[in-house]
Amino acid sequence: MVQLSSTLLYIAFVLYLIGTFFFGGTIRDKKGSGRTNRWATFGIIITIFGFIAQLGYFITRWIAAGHAPVSNLFEFTTFFGMMLVAAFIVIYFIYKTPVLGVFTLPVALLVIAYASMFPREITPLIPALQSDWLKIHVTTAAAGEAILAVSFAAGLIYLIRVVDQSTPSKRTFWLEFVLFCLITTLGFVGVSSAFAIADYEAKFQWIDKNGKKTEAIYELPALVGPHKGTLEKESKDRMQPLVEMPAIINAKKLNTVIWSLFGGAVLYFLLRLVLRKRVAAAIQPFMKNVNLDLTDEISYRAVAIGFPVFTLGALIFAMIWAQIAWTRFWGWDPKEVWALITWLFYAAFLHLRLSRGWHGEKSAWLAVIGFAIIMFNLVAVNLVIAGLHSYAGS
Amino acid sequence: MEQVKCECGHVNPFGTAFCEACGKPLEEAEKPLLDMRYEGSARRSQTYNKTVIDKIWNFFSSVKVGVWLIVITLIASAIGTIFPQKMYLPPNVTPAQYYEDEYGWAGKLYYELGFDNLYGSWWYMLLIALIGVSLVICSLDRVIPLYRALNNQGVTRHDAFLRRQRLFSATKIADDRLLETIKERLAKRRYHIREENGNILAEKGRFSRWGPYVNHIGLIIFLIGAMLRFVPGMYVDKVLWIREGETKEIPGTNGEYFLKNEKFTFETYQKGKENAVFNAAIDRVGSGMVAKTYETKAVLYKRVGPVIAGEEPKLKKIKEYKIRVNEPLKYDHYALYQVDFKLNELKSMSFALVDKQTSKSFGMITVDLLQPKEKYDLGNGYQVQLLSYFPDFYFDDDGNPNTRSKVPNNPAFVFKMFAPDKPKGEVSFVAIRQTIEPFGNNKYKMAFAGIDTRNVSALTVRRDFTLWVLGVGGTVFMIGLIQGMYWNHRRIWLKRTNGEVWLAAHTNKNWFGLKREIQAVIDGTGIRMPIDQAEIAKKVQGGDEHGTA
Amino acid sequence: MMMKKQRLILRTAVLLLLLTAVGYTIYSNFFTEKTEIKVGATAPDFVLTDLNGKKHRLSDYRGKGVFLNFWGTWCKPCEREMPFINEQYKTYKKQGVEVLAVNVGEPKLSVQKFVDRFGLTFPVVIDREDQVMNAYEIDPLPTTFLIDKNGKIRAIITGTMTEEKVQQYMESIKP
Repeated sequence: MVQLSSTLLYIAFVLYLIGTFFFGGTIRDKKGSGRTNRWATFGIIITIFGFIAQLGYFITRWIAAGHAPVSNLFEFTTFFGMMLVAAFIVIYFIYKTPVLGVFTLPVALLVIAYASMFPREITPLIPALQSDWLKIHVTTAAAGEAILAVSFAAGLIYLIRVVDQSTPSKRTFWLEFVLFCLITTLGFVGVSSAFAIADYEAKFQWIDKNGKKTEAIYELPALVGPHKGTLEKESKDRMQPLVEMPAIINAKKLNTVIWSLFGGAVLYFLLRLVLRKRVAAAIQPFMKNVNLDLTDEISYRAVAIGFPVFTLGALIFAMIWAQIAWTRFWGWDPKEVWALITWLFYAAFLHLRLSRGWHGEKSAWLAVIGFAIIMFNLVAVNLVIAGLHSYAGS
Repeated sequence: MEQVKCECGHVNPFGTAFCEACGKPLEEAEKPLLDMRYEGSARRSQTYNKTVIDKIWNFFSSVKVGVWLIVITLIASAIGTIFPQKMYLPPNVTPAQYYEDEYGWAGKLYYELGFDNLYGSWWYMLLIALIGVSLVICSLDRVIPLYRALNNQGVTRHDAFLRRQRLFSATKIADDRLLETIKERLAKRRYHIREENGNILAEKGRFSRWGPYVNHIGLIIFLIGAMLRFVPGMYVDKVLWIREGETKEIPGTNGEYFLKNEKFTFETYQKGKENAVFNAAIDRVGSGMVAKTYETKAVLYKRVGPVIAGEEPKLKKIKEYKIRVNEPLKYDHYALYQVDFKLNELKSMSFALVDKQTSKSFGMITVDLLQPKEKYDLGNGYQVQLLSYFPDFYFDDDGNPNTRSKVPNNPAFVFKMFAPDKPKGEVSFVAIRQTIEPFGNNKYKMAFAGIDTRNVSALTVRRDFTLWVLGVGGTVFMIGLIQGMYWNHRRIWLKRTNGEVWLAAHTNKNWFGLKREIQAVIDGTGIRMPIDQAEIAKKVQGGDEHGTA
Repeated sequence: MMMKKQRLILRTAVLLLLLTAVGYTIYSNFFTEKTEIKVGATAPDFVLTDLNGKKHRLSDYRGKGVFLNFWGTWCKPCEREMPFINEQYKTYKKQGVEVLAVNVGEPKLSVQKFVDRFGLTFPVVIDREDQVMNAYEIDPLPTTFLIDKNGKIRAIITGTMTEEKVQQYMESIKP
């Protein structure tokens, strides 16, 4: 069952990848309107099959574990990817915009790939998670975030289409930055997978901030080493760290970040070398048939649909569960606070749009920032700011 | 008061952008399209600005101010997550020291700026309160004029109003029966239709316009609920540490309820005993390292008769319950939650009175570590006296044995041992793994013979009368949000002028859906599909427009 | 003109209401005790047994001032103030001030040792089941309640006291 489950996830991943290429094909179709041409039809069919496969993964894993597979970082993040695809499928059938697939599916792919960098075992539930609210809260919150993420994809399309690439400006810089971040995620996945396949492991003895001897296992060659770290006997032949970090800094995580940035930078510069212009500038010509008003509306619509779902899942259900499990409905845990920040941000987004008329490009930038906040909550808050929510994944 | 009378005869409040009844623009046109927000109604605050009260009112009535308040709160909240808040620090550390030790100068600065208790600070609470004020005033200031405008709207609209709608078309048409078809189709799509002189106003989903105000009311109720927390008596939050076998008063219940801890269980996931799919995960952290259950088997009692603290209570059993994480014991608005525990607290210690030379034992004593007896008679003239007892022993600054607390974490005893051959007794100081004989070499000793332990469970006691207010607030908020977000307010106007049928339409969101609906409604009638004048405006401008539409 | 006046009154009323709500919240959160045990309240009644087996009921001391002290043997500040209380008790006992020292549930043996060591003359009772501690919401030790002849709490003192302070406090609750 577990084997079947992993296979299904793998199949889903491949199908999404193929789907992306089909949606990509619709752009090259010069016949214009792009609505429901054959490429798009194939694209959506393949995406739906991918989604069914991933649903299969979800269900089989649920049966195998005996609890909803949303209990650790890997499971939650893959579920988020799945919801992103589901949200895309729904929006596709409302608006029939294949170009949205060209952006949403790769984001979903990145999310799933990123998820699989965490321990993938089925974990038993600790007492705090043994509740029906686990599935209710986590799935609704993930669905809300996924719908909001579609708004990001639409916003990104809008920006790529609209931002004037003829001269460098703040707008071109930040747009490149957003794309660079996406590429860096790819860099992280690439570097981690490469060393995982090579079975790289280096064990360090190091002294933590309390002066205790501790062991750290690096899965990537140590560019930055832990405080007073020395390689253990069995990994003597491994790379010596270039720089040693003070004890308050988690050197292992920093090392991963550096490697990801490094991988991302290499990929990005290779791209620049090949394209000989900004990445966004290279994509822009393909976007010239995009209907800006429609894209803007999709971006807004996604927020309009996603915001109530997010509120329900990430705040209201969260509060109900927190009252039951942690004795109080709100405790200013970092994850809670960042859910509140996300909520406040989208509240501001809606007010700016409805009352102050921030349409078009401004709205698109806000959609991008909103997604950045969601990702921060998913990635940084889990890994860096440890609180009650931090799943066991280092 | 200055009022503006429109040529259609309707009297509008001062500051109205276009006539409430017929829609004729009352202000000079600057843009090709009408700004339909708030139906062009006069926001009172914008028009009267004389007294201080008006100025304060106008300040809070601005959405711009509201958004700034949200953004400031957002940034402040984010700052609070940089380092852990004071409440999440490990127990028994001084915050000042901790922040500096853990996070260096940044931590020190963080602490000195008071960010260690950011969410409880006066200014953070003030920010939230100001958002609340802004919510009330913004809503009041908009909902009344909006209601007025929507209530007063006429069917026959001014030509300028129709022409300046985003969706507009004019069709020369002779056959009147087509309009009947359209009306039928609109009615089938649940449009509410009003007619006047052959002109039509079809409207649906007006209630979604109230969504924002409903959700703001929900938020205000929620904030009131949060405020009630500070009213004494609304909220109880206590901790009860209770040993196995003990029956204790539940703090916060004014002596009314008692709890007995029959047994505390702590279980972990063991390899081989669980579902095999967990093996890999258990292996990674180690067998027995992942918690499975924390459970207190408890009995709840109620005191019978008057409550006098300290008096031996008469108890009536109410219920037995296994308190677990996620499964609190609830009764009479109180809830008891499993929050912490301590395994194997010492309960009693046993010693044998032994001749040091021959190792012969003259009997055993068992010392209850909570209520030790003073004298222990072993018979045959052997007797032990407990002179001093230190449950949590340490040597204080003066070098004397002392105790840190009343909890038997590290018990130590001063025994006096009497034997037929030592009638005056020998004194021995006994602690875990050490024996001191203060008055020279003794003949006898107290040999350690065993311990008895038990678990201690920690339960949080809560009673929160504000929860239902918060629940109502949350529910109303969700209803308002869904009402405003998942429905939209659509209007279609049809007017006949000079042998033409003019069609104009407006929606507060989802223009795409409206267009599709119009297409279906006019299909085959010969009426022209309205043009999206917003798109045309953009194309004229040469591509893109940056907001402020 | 009427409309204008009405509007001003309405706005003033709404703003005042909001200001009161915000003010009350902030005030009650930062400047008031959120417990029912506070100065001015009636001291909760209790019954505890002293080392000689004699029962002491607080309400039996109506008409006298009661100097109610919560303490533990391990608590150094408690240890410091005990002799002062003992000393002043000798004077004020005759003037109608009673001292009740409530030990926070330690073994009788330890309490007896402590009493003997300092030669305490006032009644020392043991709150074996934390009931009285709960009723008085004791957090830090020592905590002293000054209870007047009507059974009302006059003052709550946390932390150690000097002899001069002890004297002043006893003076203040003299009936």
